[in-house]
Amino acid sequence: MAAAWQKLVNFLGPDLTIIVVGLVGVLALVQVNALFLVWLERKVAAHIQLRIGPKEVGPFGILQTIVDGVKLVSKELITPRHVDRKLFMLAPIAIFLPVLVSFVVIPFSERLHIRDLNVGLLVIFAFSTFNVLAILMGGWASNNKYSLLGAVRSVAQNVAYEIPLLLSILSVLLWSNSLQMSVIVESQSNVWNVFWMPVAALIYLICATAETNRAPFDIPEAESELVAGFHTEYSGMRFALFFLAEYSNMLIVAAVATTLFFGGWKSPPFLGFLPVPGLIWFLLKTYILIFVVMWVRWTFPRLRFDQLMNFCWKIMIPLALFHLIVYAGIIKFIR
Amino acid sequence: MNSVQSLIQPQFLAQVGFVGIVAITFAGALIAVFPRDILYNVLGLIVCLTGVAGIFVYLGSPFVALMELLIYVGAICISIIFAIMLSRPLHLSLPKRRLPKVGLAMGVGAVVFIALSTIIFRTAWEPALMRSNDWSVTTLGKYLLTRYDLVFEAISLVLLVAILGAIVISGYARRSPS
Repeated sequence: MAAAWQKLVNFLGPDLTIIVVGLVGVLALVQVNALFLVWLERKVAAHIQLRIGPKEVGPFGILQTIVDGVKLVSKELITPRHVDRKLFMLAPIAIFLPVLVSFVVIPFSERLHIRDLNVGLLVIFAFSTFNVLAILMGGWASNNKYSLLGAVRSVAQNVAYEIPLLLSILSVLLWSNSLQMSVIVESQSNVWNVFWMPVAALIYLICATAETNRAPFDIPEAESELVAGFHTEYSGMRFALFFLAEYSNMLIVAAVATTLFFGGWKSPPFLGFLPVPGLIWFLLKTYILIFVVMWVRWTFPRLRFDQLMNFCWKIMIPLALFHLIVYAGIIKFIR
Repeated sequence: MNSVQSLIQPQFLAQVGFVGIVAITFAGALIAVFPRDILYNVLGLIVCLTGVAGIFVYLGSPFVALMELLIYVGAICISIIFAIMLSRPLHLSLPKRRLPKVGLAMGVGAVVFIALSTIIFRTAWEPALMRSNDWSVTTLGKYLLTRYDLVFEAISLVLLVAILGAIVISGYARRSPS
């Protein structure tokens, strides 16, 4: 094993080894994470609604998603006659691009990251745009009014909520003085950002929920009015790719929240004596955040479109701007 | 033990990368101009701008590349898509391409192209090794707020005027009876 590893490193050189092994790891993580989160979502939903949820396949039904996955793989890829074929096939692939790029810069622990770029945070937000574009391509290419409506709503919503999202992050960046993910984590050695910038963390979480198109902000794919929105016409693995991207985006959003506000891989201040590796803390915090997002989804009803837009433009953006000005002043005063 | 580096020359790989990025940029530009489906045009523009971002990465400035993606793809192309969605229904037949319009567009394009290439050829470019290589975010920020402050503010002013213009136009459209 060690000899084979040494051979690989010798052949590829240290840099390429990190990239190749990292990308393989990311692909594995994306799959396992989606399998786990779909199961978790169904269990959380079931227990909130006083049901049991999947329980037949494997202990607590945890293998249910694997069975579903096999079913999806074996299904026919239907391409309806009136769709724009090129864009229709490209959209599920395009939605996966930002997912893979974003994982490159996320620091899972002190040493476990693929690339610690000095513009790390920007990479995630620059590539998250392609997510909207893929949704738009899918909705447009489907040539179906429900799909197009879903896509239009998705674009409007994403553009609106990106503004307070970036504004809320700016105060964290002012404090850490860097866009590098590891430096942002190190700047929280004494106190996690969430404790002294709770409003920014709240704005980030609300906007991130909206960016990932999840309830109560799931109007782009509202099942009861739009018949699943932009992915109505997709079947089999193409549909599964949209689903996979959605759950991977949840993981990315929660991992960025962990990095920015919850101290990344650092242990909670009063539990520092425990010999738990940073990776465990990071994953624990990330999945707790994901659980909160699911909890919100199954607790609040869907917003109407005008309520959603009013909430963003009239409350979130002014609040985020005000927060940024106040914290810029405070940080200037402290330094 | 041979390695990847002995099989493929890094310089060769770099050249292949450069040619690939330039090809993507040109392909995107062509898609942005020729197809008659307006959504394809926008997507082509996005491919083209992504290629430009790739060129910035190639030149060793990832920050500018990501800003290119964030601003041009994330903001400008998305707002173009907005404009498309608010414009006339797409199931209507397309208007014909009129020669004077095409000629005018080509004329404007030629003027911009000539101006840009004149500037490019007149600039005395220094080799990469002779320039300072401190292009960190901090340095760029300092330059923007000191030496290039006027340009920076002028661009902001242009954007402000554009926003006001858009508001005025949409305001008139709303008040008109049709």
